[in-house]
Amino acid sequence: MALDGQKTAYKYIGTTPNRPDGLDKVTGRARYGADISVPGMLHGAVVRSPHAHAKIVKIDATKALAMEGVKAVITRADFPEGLEGEDWDIQENCMAGEKALYDGHAVAAVAATSPLVARDAAKAIEVTYEILPHVTDVDEAMKEGAPVIREGAADFSVPEGLHPNVVRYFDSGRGDLDKGFAEADLIIERSFTTEAAHQGYIEPHACLGQMGADNRGELWVCTQGHWFMRRMSTAVLGIETTNIRVTPSEIGGGFGGKTTVFIEPLSLALSRKAGGKPVKMVMSRNEVLRATGPTASASMDVKMGMTKDGRITAAHGTFRMQGGAFAGAPVDVTTMLAFANYDIEHVHHIGYDVITNRPRQAAYRAPGAPMAAFATESVIDELCRELGLDPIDTRLKNAAKEGTRATFGPKYGPIGFMETLEAAKAHPNYSEPLGPNQGRGVASGYWMNWGGETSASVAISEDGSVTVSVGTPDIGGSRASMALMAAEAFGIPYENVRVNISDTGALGVNEPTHGSRATYASGLATIRAAEECIGKMCKRAADKWGIDPEAVVWEDGCAKPSGPNAGEFPPMTIAEIAGEMGGTGGPISGHYEDSPAGFSGSFGTHVVDVEVDPETGRTTILRYLVVQDAGKAIHPAYVEGQFQGGAAQGIGWALNEEYIYGEDGRLQNPVFLDYRVPVASDLPMIDTVIVEVPNPGHPYGVRGVGETGITPPLPAVANAVRDATGKRICKLPLRPSRVLAAIQGKEV
Amino acid sequence: MAELHLWSGLRALADGKEMVEIEGETVGQVLDGLVAAYPGLEPALKRGVSVAVDGQIVPNSRNHPVKPDSEIFLLQKLAGG
Amino acid sequence: MTKRIHVSTTVNGDEVDYLCDPRETLLDCLRDHLGVMGVKEGCGTGDCGACSVTLDGRLVCSCLVLGVEAEGKEIGTVEGMADGEVLHPLQRKFIEHAALQCGICTPGILVAAKNLLERNPDPTETELRYWLAGNLCRCTGYDKIIRAVMDAAAEMREAS
Repeated sequence: MALDGQKTAYKYIGTTPNRPDGLDKVTGRARYGADISVPGMLHGAVVRSPHAHAKIVKIDATKALAMEGVKAVITRADFPEGLEGEDWDIQENCMAGEKALYDGHAVAAVAATSPLVARDAAKAIEVTYEILPHVTDVDEAMKEGAPVIREGAADFSVPEGLHPNVVRYFDSGRGDLDKGFAEADLIIERSFTTEAAHQGYIEPHACLGQMGADNRGELWVCTQGHWFMRRMSTAVLGIETTNIRVTPSEIGGGFGGKTTVFIEPLSLALSRKAGGKPVKMVMSRNEVLRATGPTASASMDVKMGMTKDGRITAAHGTFRMQGGAFAGAPVDVTTMLAFANYDIEHVHHIGYDVITNRPRQAAYRAPGAPMAAFATESVIDELCRELGLDPIDTRLKNAAKEGTRATFGPKYGPIGFMETLEAAKAHPNYSEPLGPNQGRGVASGYWMNWGGETSASVAISEDGSVTVSVGTPDIGGSRASMALMAAEAFGIPYENVRVNISDTGALGVNEPTHGSRATYASGLATIRAAEECIGKMCKRAADKWGIDPEAVVWEDGCAKPSGPNAGEFPPMTIAEIAGEMGGTGGPISGHYEDSPAGFSGSFGTHVVDVEVDPETGRTTILRYLVVQDAGKAIHPAYVEGQFQGGAAQGIGWALNEEYIYGEDGRLQNPVFLDYRVPVASDLPMIDTVIVEVPNPGHPYGVRGVGETGITPPLPAVANAVRDATGKRICKLPLRPSRVLAAIQGKEV
Repeated sequence: MAELHLWSGLRALADGKEMVEIEGETVGQVLDGLVAAYPGLEPALKRGVSVAVDGQIVPNSRNHPVKPDSEIFLLQKLAGG
Repeated sequence: MTKRIHVSTTVNGDEVDYLCDPRETLLDCLRDHLGVMGVKEGCGTGDCGACSVTLDGRLVCSCLVLGVEAEGKEIGTVEGMADGEVLHPLQRKFIEHAALQCGICTPGILVAAKNLLERNPDPTETELRYWLAGNLCRCTGYDKIIRAVMDAAAEMREAS
């Protein structure tokens, strides 16, 4: 599809060169959050509540402070009072105030001369608790008589008469549900639950903070967004934003979980109290699982109606989510996206954001979308089964396309959902024969992507090579993508571009690498900044030739005269212009900043084959196919990598990963042995098809691909298990014990 | 005047209306006009909304232009992982 | 303060020594006392494999080995894989196959894969998947990692 002003033929886009940071990462040289040390550095450790809900009566640090090597202890008393809204939530989450709100909630922190001394000192801090009743389940937390986590936490949206733990309420939809359900030949209604899953990045949170008595300092940290890190850390400390310069390290995974702060303000506060000595803090895996992330858990009721020939006539969903002890479960997005794949006239969504005694949820890849997809795509699968319809044909019949009014209101622009369904249907995996105890599942998903605040610069070096400075940390190869886009814009080799992730001192505000926005938004800014450089270089050439700058064009890395009156001059290469720039007007650079509004969503369709062992209930993934619309794949190998990684995380969420709380409200599995993410032997190769329906809101058609891929696996795997066993299981994860119980006809 | 559509949770705060017509040449002017007409919507807008103008979500863009025949939807505040 | 113990050992062929608290792991000693930062800590409980090293040729999680146990041993880490500026085939294939995204698990997986290929130059995909089952990667879904190792193994077989 050719779009106005959009390139369709590329020299560099769509190739797969080696990533610029590859050498550092295969040799162990790359520096992640925990890898920096500076002279005079102290080490921090955090004291965490062992109770799910408890009043903090007294904190006695006398013994700890008397220990050799202990330099500072902080509690909530070391932070300013009077914060409001989300700032208060973040401060309260970083360091408990009057109450510990969940198992693992920070109550004090210590800095000492070695990690071992800091750990010993943390153990020596005596905290007196008065244990309070707790609740960790979303449905329990909404019931009359459930312990109240915090009075007055509900906002304007919550109707009267609900439990104080319900803190936000959402209601959206259109049409006439009664009319829609009356048109249906079959109506199916089911209730579903999903458990909280952790982002599971392999690198624990780590930082090195330094701040003096003047409240100025530095923070070196692994983060998805260092401007977010700066704003939140300084807000928690009650100091001016610019006082702290934040430098992002290489980041060992984030998936949404590294878009907020936990230990970083503590390291700065400890540093100030210890006379400005830098303080390094590194979380253990136990701390990561107990006190950061995870995503919300959900309880959902979904009702859908369908005609005999497969048209969806109406849909209704009620979604209850807990996101820990603070407002913020992504149920708002859930209600928007639950039915967004389809063209449905009569649709209604209700959402409840509920607080419980669990850690504050953090964004996790397409936050809110996978849970809803599990419910809605499972119901569609049941409808297709009962009516004897093909699941892909039925989705094609209802699929949203350009001009469809989305279930959340506006009309879609050009989108590629139909194309993903057609490609999935045509793929050999969809017709592969199945054996006994094997089953096939199909499901689709959507993420609307994001633009976000973006600031980037491009500078020409003296030899004509190019430096790109962006503010979105590179988690999955985005420096390679930026370099490809810059190479394409300038018409110079990929190797002649160097991409830096700048610190907070070098660019305007950038939102994190989140919402699948980095390649779209920082890419767009890179291209626009490159175009500004090109304009300036054309002007330098025009000046040299003594012609009008309008009569100069840029092609293949050169300024060339163009048009009837331009005259005959040999092209000037970027290297020639750059070599002279000191004497023709000085440095040449370009800059671009925006909160771009041209982003557009990405649809995906997955097909999975499983085999279920009838003796044990264990599910094996036999083959897996991801089809997704990338708009335009800048570096196809890393696009495939996003598809495959999203699928693997979704498979983990579907089959094994879950937060297990005991009667005492403590997390029972804060260790990778028991919080079981997929390992290499759990998975087959993950087949991919990249669909390209260009996004008109990006010069090269980019959509953003990071998040959609985690959405279809939950229902796709559940639908495949249904196909293999004849049992519809409406609770995740589909751990062997649960599947076995279903096979044996027991309640699950 | 641009047509502005409210999600159902907001309608109770706007005399039960699903659609209201508001004058304005930018998103910001339309949102200000909306609050002036229905002050009960202020906390909802303060909490944060996304705005779609003629099918395109335009976050953080009070200056985004609005045409007389534009179709505007208020949506939940968006973010991502 | 606990009395510290003097340990002499070999890292990637170089003789080194350090003073360690008897409670410190080999992982702590490599990172904090010797500055061998290619060895990563992902869990501290032997479940993720990010700290994989070889100890006298045997693949271990360095978080499950005490620093004092390295006395007189030979330790191999990712820093010892390349020969000067020439990368080990596994390192080169990981870059070529886009077998890393964030890269935090990469050093451990490279050390583990190299150790497998020294024992079994021609592993099946299933053998490789089970050998690497102790090395978690959260980014890639393992597909490109498996392809990179198989490709490197094929190249190494041809070269030998």
